[in-house]
Amino acid sequence: MPYSPNLDVRMTDTCLRDGSHAKSHQFTEQQVRDVVAALDAAGMPVIEVTHGDGLGGSSFNYGFSLTDERLLMKAAVETAKQAKIAALMVPGIGTMDDIRFIRDIGLSIVRVATHCTEADVSIQHFGLARELGLETVGFLMMAHGQPPELIAEQARIMADAGCQCVYVVDSAGAMILEDVQHRVEAVVAELDGDAQVGFHGHDNLGIAVANSVIAVRAGAVQIDGSVRGFGAGAGNTRNEVFAAVADRLGIKTGIDVLALMDVAEDVVRPVMDSECIIDRLALVMGYAGVYSSFLKHAFRAAEQYGVSGADVLMKCGEQKLVGGQEDQIIFIAAELAAANI
Amino acid sequence: MAKLTAAIVGSGNIGTDLMYKLMRSDVIEPRYMIGVDPRSDGLERARQAGLEASAEGVDWLLSQKELPDFVFEATSAYVHVANAPRYAELGIRAIDLTPAAVGPFVVPSANIDEHLDAVNVNMVTCAGQATIPIVHAVAAVTEVEYAEIVATVASVSAGPGTRANIDEFTRTTSRAIAEVGRAGHGKAIIVLNPADPPLIMRDTIFCQLPRDADEKLITKAVEDAVATVAQYVPGYRLKSPPQFGESRDGRPRLAVQVEVEGAGDYFPPYAGNLDIMTAAAAATGNRIAKHMNGAT
Repeated sequence: MPYSPNLDVRMTDTCLRDGSHAKSHQFTEQQVRDVVAALDAAGMPVIEVTHGDGLGGSSFNYGFSLTDERLLMKAAVETAKQAKIAALMVPGIGTMDDIRFIRDIGLSIVRVATHCTEADVSIQHFGLARELGLETVGFLMMAHGQPPELIAEQARIMADAGCQCVYVVDSAGAMILEDVQHRVEAVVAELDGDAQVGFHGHDNLGIAVANSVIAVRAGAVQIDGSVRGFGAGAGNTRNEVFAAVADRLGIKTGIDVLALMDVAEDVVRPVMDSECIIDRLALVMGYAGVYSSFLKHAFRAAEQYGVSGADVLMKCGEQKLVGGQEDQIIFIAAELAAANI
Repeated sequence: MAKLTAAIVGSGNIGTDLMYKLMRSDVIEPRYMIGVDPRSDGLERARQAGLEASAEGVDWLLSQKELPDFVFEATSAYVHVANAPRYAELGIRAIDLTPAAVGPFVVPSANIDEHLDAVNVNMVTCAGQATIPIVHAVAAVTEVEYAEIVATVASVSAGPGTRANIDEFTRTTSRAIAEVGRAGHGKAIIVLNPADPPLIMRDTIFCQLPRDADEKLITKAVEDAVATVAQYVPGYRLKSPPQFGESRDGRPRLAVQVEVEGAGDYFPPYAGNLDIMTAAAAATGNRIAKHMNGAT
């Protein structure tokens, strides 16, 4: 079943949220206005704007925001003409007060994210969001680490709580083709129309666009990406590339493909500190199954303690760290440094 | 001197673990275990341990001829709010392990001496018990404008109450970091990790420091605080030496990582988050009992 009579797939651009990781949370209001205006004009239906770790993410653990995210979200709402503005919230970091706030300033969508085995911590947040009239999306993060049946069970918990679209989220950029297909198919079968299914990819293994196409073929109707790949790790699924591929495949996204290419090159690239590429550390994350936003933290800690960033990330994988445990990186680097002496 | 008596209200995991800790007390005797489900494992274990156990709730307890000196409440916030005035009216001291926070927050190593005469004290949260001693110790030797904690607990040790109301957990802990820990303001983050075998509870404490902070003095204060907590929570320890550094935007900060291994009374050892709550509650009861018996 397509997303709507006009769209096979609804795209969301998350460069102003996932890109916050790559930018170390240093967005300015003007940058947000420029990017939102350009994406909006190119027909992007949903734009996510939040600290990389969601509402309330500004912290020692995840990095302090240069600009209060509330100001950035307000700027986005004021700028968008047709696009809906979404915010991410992670229970355990943000709270229901944050959800009330985003409704009050005019955001349309809240995306509630949990580790893919912990969906029940989102129940109260979906309940409140629906009560407030917000559209809801649920994120099952690090979904590469659990079998399709379990992801489907957790998706059911979110859907029953009021989530209108459950995303299979490849936070580590570790999924390979059929990994995506089997998980999306399992969730589509379990939800059976009670909620839509989406996919959020990272390009750490260089196959985010292919994974997203497979997700669509398996029944996903919402796809995340970032223009120019501006996101954590090696970046997200490149939205201008996905839009072009989708167009060639006859998948309707409603995006002006050429305009989106211009946005990527002329508007978003100048905002980025550097291109998001598959360098050694990003590849290690996909290879070891490490949460993509650990990248910058591992890089900094490795530099501070004089150890190898790849070793730090491999340890994160061995210790089965989940999203949110950025604090562990400091101590892993300190322990590696102590062991080297 | 005769021991003071206690009732444990709530015969679930927390109440049962607490019973074993109180049985080792030299000033408190656990006499009653109160539940609402006759098939509860906690009630059966209480009977075997020689306590009077009842599934007829607080009404049964309060109709006993011999009332306890203490009630340790391990039910839910909603239930404790209803029960608290009844205990107070009968002169029973309440030690509240729920998030109700009817009485003042108590973290034994930080502020127990301020609340020895309170009729009702609240044990904050597991993350609060694990992290506030550190914040409090650092704030005693330098200014801490802001403190932030990250608690990672094993998924299997996060009960339905915590899961259904995770906001309450972060809000309560944040508030106590400032009120009890004496940081200018506080923030709490909780992460559930499903790794198998389950990981032992870990907590990271970040304290924002002044630029000229004395690192030696602070490290000593942290080590002393860990030793103090370890007296009532034997599995509480520093996981790594305290790390001084700064945030990307240049704020000097201390990062301390502690680990809490449970005593294994009723919970498996990885559930340090549950163990530290019952251990802190028992320590609070013991301290208040000594005070009531005329010690200082």
